[in-house]
Amino acid sequence: MRFMMIMIPKGYEQATPGTQPDAKRVEAMMKYNEALQKAGILLALDGLHPPSMGARVSFAGGKPKVTDGPFAEAKEVIGGYWMIQVKSKEEAVQWAMRCPGSENEVIEVRQVQELEDFTPDLQQAAEGFKDLRDSPGGKPR
Amino acid sequence: MTASNPHRAIEAVWRIESARLIAALARLVRDVGRAEELAQDALVAALEQWPQAGIPDNPGAWLMATAKHRAIDQLRHRTLAARKHQQLGYEIDLLETPDDLDLDTVDDDIGDDLLRLMFTACHPVLSEEAQVALTLRLIGGLSTEEIARAFLVPETTMAQRIVRAKRALSEARVPFEIPGAAQLSERLAAVLQVIYLVFNEGYSATAGQDWARPSLCEDALRLGRILAELAPHEAEVHGLVALMEIQASRLRARVDPSGAPVLLLDQDRAKWDQLLIHRGLAALERAARSNGARPPSFAQFAIAPGPYVLQAEIAACHARALTADATDWQRIAALYAALMVLAPSPIVAVNSAVAIGMAEGPAAGLEMIDTVSHEPALRNYHLLPTVRGDLLEKLGRYDEAFAEFTRAAALTGNARERRFLQERAARVAGQFPGKGHA
Repeated sequence: MRFMMIMIPKGYEQATPGTQPDAKRVEAMMKYNEALQKAGILLALDGLHPPSMGARVSFAGGKPKVTDGPFAEAKEVIGGYWMIQVKSKEEAVQWAMRCPGSENEVIEVRQVQELEDFTPDLQQAAEGFKDLRDSPGGKPR
Repeated sequence: MTASNPHRAIEAVWRIESARLIAALARLVRDVGRAEELAQDALVAALEQWPQAGIPDNPGAWLMATAKHRAIDQLRHRTLAARKHQQLGYEIDLLETPDDLDLDTVDDDIGDDLLRLMFTACHPVLSEEAQVALTLRLIGGLSTEEIARAFLVPETTMAQRIVRAKRALSEARVPFEIPGAAQLSERLAAVLQVIYLVFNEGYSATAGQDWARPSLCEDALRLGRILAELAPHEAEVHGLVALMEIQASRLRARVDPSGAPVLLLDQDRAKWDQLLIHRGLAALERAARSNGARPPSFAQFAIAPGPYVLQAEIAACHARALTADATDWQRIAALYAALMVLAPSPIVAVNSAVAIGMAEGPAAGLEMIDTVSHEPALRNYHLLPTVRGDLLEKLGRYDEAFAEFTRAAALTGNARERRFLQERAARVAGQFPGKGHA
């Protein structure tokens, strides 16, 4: 099972463009990232620039509308994420607990949707079901 | 901890901590079997105490301290019962190691211990199936029941296999160490073989109704990735990881919605997991860098790539092709030629024939495959007649193709694959598959 651990740093919603993380924090996080890597469960990770450097697209009335950051109404924004491969939600939570998070940080743990999680009709829609049986090839995979 | 899931939370902690715990204990007590028992005792204590007291801040250290105290207790009993001088060595180790041993601060030691554990679990004194069972149990952290289910044997059989394996290591007095330079290559190859065996068990079930058991692929990938961090200078380790990442990227595309197999060249590439492909290609880069070799231009490897790197390069060729038609068959054929030099086997020759068939035409492919058609080792290998049948079909030799597909269907142990091959035979005989017709 794949899980995303989403870092939500309080105050990041107001961070100015080009905000840099503190060196000691970075060091602590690097050690944590290494631990995930050494455990063989880390699939991907990224940090995100603050919303002041970003944009939001909304779709009221079916028409896309762009708003540049920062976003006054946003109470929580994403600072970054890890994607991990573990056997259960409990395991993902245990890993999230090991993160050296600070006073104003929250990690949200969310399971990644896999095709098998969808109902059969959704799966068909997602796959654009086509007949695969008339295969001209004959190669070992 | 939520009252509803104390055991599941503890199970999760166990999966995270058990391998390093057993490894550290094994260095102390010099016996992998005993180390595992001590670790299990600590788990029992955790299951008794943590639901009420909560999971400690440093669960690894708690488990280690608990296991060590138990070891010391046992030691006191034994010392009183009989004084044996040769035990004094590890006994002193045990008594002198600080109680608050923090598994994280002595990371390098733990890394070495984990490596020692992997080598010990794959020791040549054990049969391959014992090596697999022990690796999954001690490093993979799987329960006996999980391993038994994965390999389709009764739990009691698997339990016996593990008990006997531990006993064999004890009786042979297998030292808890990283092999010396002279044996390292061979011993590492054994570890890689075990990991790849687990992966293949998940990737393509050899018998039974189901095509794949993806969970074993995950376990193998995790073991491979762990090893890559423990032995980062070994190109073949990165090669194996690359191979597994790329093969795993195709898991979703390998079966169609009805569960029937889909050949690689017919797979919907939109279903190939790009994250895993990216990771696989990155692992190949690491392989190229790790032995001082230059990035892949494969006429000029500074140090010849090993078999896993070569197989990964072949998988990467497919992964990089946006469509089947875009496949670089020339390169694949050349990689197989290199593999034939390094690790010649009739099976590699069959795969080589496929590549040559695509690069130079079916007649050339048939010529290659006929160099091994009569190999006794391939008598029951269903992919040989499958490939031969395909090449013959392309050459318009339909009667012979029919005979080969029929033969292949009879040889495969996988029910879905059998149906698939029977349908190919029927198609070649000019009949249409019966599915969907009254």
